[in-house]
Amino acid sequence: MKQSYLKVLTNEKLTANVCKMTLMGDVSAIERPGQFVNIAIDGLFLRRPISVCDVEDNVLTIIYKVVGKGTEKMSYMKGGEILDILTGLGNGYFTDLSGEKPLLVGGGVGVPPMYKLCKELIKEGKEPTVILGFNTKSEVFYENEFKALGVTVFVTTVDGSYGIKGFVTDAIKEVGEYTYLYTCGPEPMLKALYNAVTTSGQFSFEERMGCGFGACMGCSCKTKYGNKRICKDGPVLVKEEIIW
Amino acid sequence: MVNTSVSLCGVKLKNPVVPASGTFGFGYEFSDIYDINILGAISIKGTTKEPRFGNPTPRIAECTSGLINSVGLQNPGIHAVIEKEIPRLREVYSNPIISNISGFSIDEYVYCCEKINEVKDVDIIEVNVSCPNVHNGGMSFGTLPENVEAVTKAVKKVTTKPVFIKLTPNVTDITSIAKACEQGGADGISLINTCQGLRLDLNKRKPIIANKIGGFSGRAVFPIALRMVWQVYEAVKLPIMGIGGVATAEDVVEMMMAGATAVQVGAENLVNPYACSDIINSLPSVMEKYKIKDLNEIIGVAHQ
Repeated sequence: MKQSYLKVLTNEKLTANVCKMTLMGDVSAIERPGQFVNIAIDGLFLRRPISVCDVEDNVLTIIYKVVGKGTEKMSYMKGGEILDILTGLGNGYFTDLSGEKPLLVGGGVGVPPMYKLCKELIKEGKEPTVILGFNTKSEVFYENEFKALGVTVFVTTVDGSYGIKGFVTDAIKEVGEYTYLYTCGPEPMLKALYNAVTTSGQFSFEERMGCGFGACMGCSCKTKYGNKRICKDGPVLVKEEIIW
Repeated sequence: MVNTSVSLCGVKLKNPVVPASGTFGFGYEFSDIYDINILGAISIKGTTKEPRFGNPTPRIAECTSGLINSVGLQNPGIHAVIEKEIPRLREVYSNPIISNISGFSIDEYVYCCEKINEVKDVDIIEVNVSCPNVHNGGMSFGTLPENVEAVTKAVKKVTTKPVFIKLTPNVTDITSIAKACEQGGADGISLINTCQGLRLDLNKRKPIIANKIGGFSGRAVFPIALRMVWQVYEAVKLPIMGIGGVATAEDVVEMMMAGATAVQVGAENLVNPYACSDIINSLPSVMEKYKIKDLNEIIGVAHQ
């Protein structure tokens, strides 16, 4: 963990309520895809934990959904603003277990962390396949960014307005053979995947956090490997340890 | 040169700044981000006899200038704290350790204090009497003077270390509780624990926190904490560790002027992990600004 002061470069809408922000500064504490940052916002007591979408050189990309006061304030931020951010939080995804053909599944704002992970896996010579799940066509984002990485991408929408109709689990049949699962998204989706996949995998969880770095025990969960703090020992849990 | 060192029942603190129990884990986690040997002391995570997972999540709700928590004393149990956590802290930290003890019965308090008394690395025991008493309809020990006195007497019998009783502010008269501590033989008083609070999720039309009501802390409670430190200072002769909403070196000075000998920093650690470090670094210049050469001069000075 490191406290960094990052400068907002860009902040734009991807859909009606999902925004993408790029920031510049010291991001050296971010070691793995699937980690998150915790952003201090003027006038609000708690920081806002947001997953890392991408990090290259000294530029951080985050994608966030406007769901409350904090993210709403973020959506109004302009280029040039300086933000107090704790970087390099959480365990993140471990790529060494992926096998040759890992399957990456992101649902809604669970999509962003899959991007950096996908890039890392490609760099390691693996062949990831990506499934992106959304409710409806107007909510779809980042399909082209993933395609630009040269991987096979399936998009599902619950109402069938774009891509495969249904849930991400409906796309798994189309994928063919895969060696491992990496996923992030709403808990019902994670649970459905847990039951649907035949391989092991890593699942990223969400919880209301206090500090974001393991001090307050606000976001604890029970696992087969003992009590864990989502912010510090997670947010990524391996399939074998998850208790629903 | 200013003197920032203070003494709590003979335990010397190089400065009065102490991270509060429950906001600093077992301390060693913070040694990754700064040298925790700058701290006056550390009050480690509250410990019960058995390991506890604590309350269901969500356990956290944000408020204006603070937060509500309902962690529910998650801890690995007294044996793991003694065998693993305290030695692990000791590897990276050489200043005083305050062990925070909780219990749901007098027997549990006694058991834990008896065990912790044997640990030479522990300098002070801080007894949290805000937990519900399972033998008394779940009412908090800390809300009735006779219960506080009974807990204090019972733990004092089994320990030779200084005992600070940590009080809940959710009472009608904090001075009667403080007097009960003194009557029971306490060596000092820590106050305040969190104020009971509630937030609702407007979409769900339900409390945000799974346990519904939780403990409110953060900058917003500072005046309440200060008022209670003030009252307790006038009511008893015991040294006080002032806790509640402390976020700056000025707050430390103010808390000490109201009567605190040492000052704990709680919720602020959760939003600024460097909070204690920042406060300690700015303390000398704040002392100079207010013409304080020695912090001991200002303890309770506002009462004169």
